[in-house]
Amino acid sequence: MTEKIIIKAERLTKQFGHFTATDHITFEVREGEIFGFLGANGAGKTTAMRMLCGLSQPSDGWATVAGYDVATEPEKVKRNIGYMSQKFSLYDDLTVEENFTLFGGIYGMSRKEMKEKTTRLLEELDFASERKTLVKSLPLGWKQKLAFSLAIFHDPKIVFLDEPTGGVDPVTRRQFWELIYQAADRNITVFVTTHYMDEAEYCDRVSIMVDGKIEALDSPANLKQQFGVETMYDVFYALARKAKRGDS
Amino acid sequence: MKALKYLLVKEYKQMFRGYLIPALFVLVPFALTNLVPRIATQEVSNLDIAVIDNDRSSVSKRLTEKISTSKFFNFQSLCGNYIEAYDLLQRGDVDFIITIENGIEKNLYREGTAKMMLSVNSVNGMKGGLGNNYLTQIIMQYTKELNEETGYSMASPMNIRPRFLFNSQLDYKPYMIPALMSLGLILLMGFLPALNMVSEKEKGTIEQINVTPVGRLEFILSKLIPYWTVGLFIVGFSMLLAWKIHNVVPAGSIFLVFLFAVVYIMTVSALGIIVANYSDTMRQAAMMMFFFIIIFALTSGLVSPVSSMPDWAQEITRLNPVRYIIAALREIFLKGSTFTQLLPQFIPLCIYGLVTMTCAVFSYQKKQ
Repeated sequence: MTEKIIIKAERLTKQFGHFTATDHITFEVREGEIFGFLGANGAGKTTAMRMLCGLSQPSDGWATVAGYDVATEPEKVKRNIGYMSQKFSLYDDLTVEENFTLFGGIYGMSRKEMKEKTTRLLEELDFASERKTLVKSLPLGWKQKLAFSLAIFHDPKIVFLDEPTGGVDPVTRRQFWELIYQAADRNITVFVTTHYMDEAEYCDRVSIMVDGKIEALDSPANLKQQFGVETMYDVFYALARKAKRGDS
Repeated sequence: MKALKYLLVKEYKQMFRGYLIPALFVLVPFALTNLVPRIATQEVSNLDIAVIDNDRSSVSKRLTEKISTSKFFNFQSLCGNYIEAYDLLQRGDVDFIITIENGIEKNLYREGTAKMMLSVNSVNGMKGGLGNNYLTQIIMQYTKELNEETGYSMASPMNIRPRFLFNSQLDYKPYMIPALMSLGLILLMGFLPALNMVSEKEKGTIEQINVTPVGRLEFILSKLIPYWTVGLFIVGFSMLLAWKIHNVVPAGSIFLVFLFAVVYIMTVSALGIIVANYSDTMRQAAMMMFFFIIIFALTSGLVSPVSSMPDWAQEITRLNPVRYIIAALREIFLKGSTFTQLLPQFIPLCIYGLVTMTCAVFSYQKKQ
């Protein structure tokens, strides 16, 4: 991890009518770090992440991702990021390999490069036999691992993960986090939202959002110390119970 | 534009991965060119008629016989009086009542005139009107026959002999097939791209595309090009079916048919994309497309000729791309019109195509 700042948000805001989903948030993410973006349902995490990915125009404030402004240069931002949405993002009716070829092709990788990389990747995942399997016939845990591999297939500088491990068993979640660590080792910055507090412990730094604002931002150890509690769960609980917004 | 190649591979693979969509590409043209022209004919036949013969002479009996042997009429019953016949009409058993007055034969030979009354159920105006015409023709023919036999010259109505141009048999099929082809194309080429695009929204895969640097034009083209190629196949297949089944071939150039089809398919598929861009769910997109297709079909001249609509309605049909293609294809099929003759259809269709294509690309937003 270096001290270089790769994501910088300054008073970043998104309003939908009178509702302020993300309310003037300011934070920085360092290159190569695993940044946990926590918050209760409806706290505004996904909205903030969508702005950083160039999918949503900020109403106020600004942010740069990999050096590009998300509001004015979204297509340049997109060259440098990978994204795995909450909604499942692989094409069900394509095979594993076809999915990789599609997205590799979109980012301008050569056929040879894609082929080699797919082979290596699937071997690492111990998944070589499913190369020509339709994605829809795979179990959820596998789909999520593949979706992550796909999000970093083109070696982005940053990967955004929106609740990547929702609905899978603890063993698979653990394996998923091993993939995240491998990516971080390759100096890919990981920006991840999650509701699992054990996962929050794996992050280098976490921020906790309450009602559209960032209420806490530090390493898990410092946060626990600051709140005088033993676990990240307690930190989260102390902050999130103040939330006025319910489930959205 | 390098990504387009990969996006196209994806679209074609997805299109032919299931059985249903490719089956539609064959079934729709087959049903529309084979089945529908046989069923949806505007020829009116099997008209039910009751006869009240108050004269019971040989002249009146021969007339009754002529009516009952006509291919247009079903002779239902010979009634004693009008009340009895009217009762049948009320019940819906007959639509026409012809009353032959007493003394018709006598008057005919003495004065050269004969009176008859025809009552027509005109709830269905077209059926009533055509039935009336058919009956008049039968009577005219009969009058002529009587004149020749007896040497009398009865006041026969004016004798008009029509000469039907371009479709001398007044065959309904060459008229309907081009229109049905146009309808099939908007059905498939309008609906399918719309549903395809919205399904990506519903599944969330479009988000994954939006977060890549793919260009808007590239993505929209990748959605449209597969349907354009399939659309041209459907045009060719429909013409082949029309030729093999009904022996209907374009009097004009096949190349022109394809040229018009290309612009038309581009227009309707782009329209589908526009609808999809403003819809969040399949249901919304499907309802919007139904709305467009029904309005377009009814104002296109498919069922009622544009020229017989009120002036304001004719102006509205100028906004309807289906109107131009149906008019153009009918001219090519029946009259063999040339490209320059068809410019009044071609130019508006091209403008329509360009506008919808531009809107399709610009209404697709990668960002909210």
